[in-house]
Amino acid sequence: MTTHQRHDPPRRGDSRTPGLESPEAHGSLRGYIIGYLAAIALTIAAFAAAPSTSMAPFSIKAALAVLAIAQMLVHLIFFLHINTAPAQKTNIMAFAATMLIIAIVVIGSMWIMGHLNHNMVPMNRLMQMQR
Amino acid sequence: MSSTVASLDMPSGEEYLLPSRQHITGFGFYLYLLSDGILFASLFAVFAVLRTATDGGPDGHMLFSAHNAFVETACLLTSSFTCGMAMLACDRRNKFVALVAFLVTAVLGIVFLTLEVHEFADLISRGDGPDRSAFLSSFFTLVSTHGLHVTCGLLWLGVLLVQFLGRGFTPAMLRRFLCFSLFWHVLDVVWIGVFTFVYLIGGYL
Repeated sequence: MTTHQRHDPPRRGDSRTPGLESPEAHGSLRGYIIGYLAAIALTIAAFAAAPSTSMAPFSIKAALAVLAIAQMLVHLIFFLHINTAPAQKTNIMAFAATMLIIAIVVIGSMWIMGHLNHNMVPMNRLMQMQR
Repeated sequence: MSSTVASLDMPSGEEYLLPSRQHITGFGFYLYLLSDGILFASLFAVFAVLRTATDGGPDGHMLFSAHNAFVETACLLTSSFTCGMAMLACDRRNKFVALVAFLVTAVLGIVFLTLEVHEFADLISRGDGPDRSAFLSSFFTLVSTHGLHVTCGLLWLGVLLVQFLGRGFTPAMLRRFLCFSLFWHVLDVVWIGVFTFVYLIGGYL
């Protein structure tokens, strides 16, 4: 019975693991600093744009949504190290499936509930009808 | 350096055919995080639907402080960065830097949580608790689910640091730190959605 005793330093997984990659690829100090600075810039832009009175409310909402998505991407790329490398195919597929479910849940809910609200008899008229 | 590698890794003869245990754990945890993202997405959808259901009570314009949200964002973003620094220190097996960076992460997480609890206590003391309207119910559910995740993350980090002091860089510790850092970064991603859609769009528009 041989015991596999190894004394080399343990590896931090391989390139297919989220958050893990070979040292030469990503996960460097530089990557974290770039991600941190980009996230700070996008956060400040969002907080500066929100109280603006010179833009139409709809364009502010659109700008904030774009800034949020951009910052989420910055986090995913620089902090979570999700990229399009061939070795990460499984991760990307799982991520894409999750995004599809999230889109169906969020957009579908807002769509259906918006229509329901629109088609519903206003509450004061409903109460008059019940008298 | 610990010599208990063999029991935690794949048998050495097959290690280039089978994925490492760290890979399997990391991938499983990644799938959990994606499912957590779906949980938060449904809470965001509830908030979006109930945003105008204030029952004559206060809406986001009157309640939310963008200043408070900005400080919370800064805390969480910086803690995500220091968590990354700690992981880099783990790569270099630098115990002192890893410990300090994780402690900074924990302190910033505690500051974030304190601000959030303070905000909640303030709202409830003014009678604008989750029982006031559907809008406030959805607000408290969404934001406190995130806060609960942060609380669990802090407890987890505390346990990990105690283990780390005793054991050092064992493969198991590195795996746990990897999962924790993924969890912490994802909480920050969720918070981007919270401050944008709740505090900025809900508070100003």
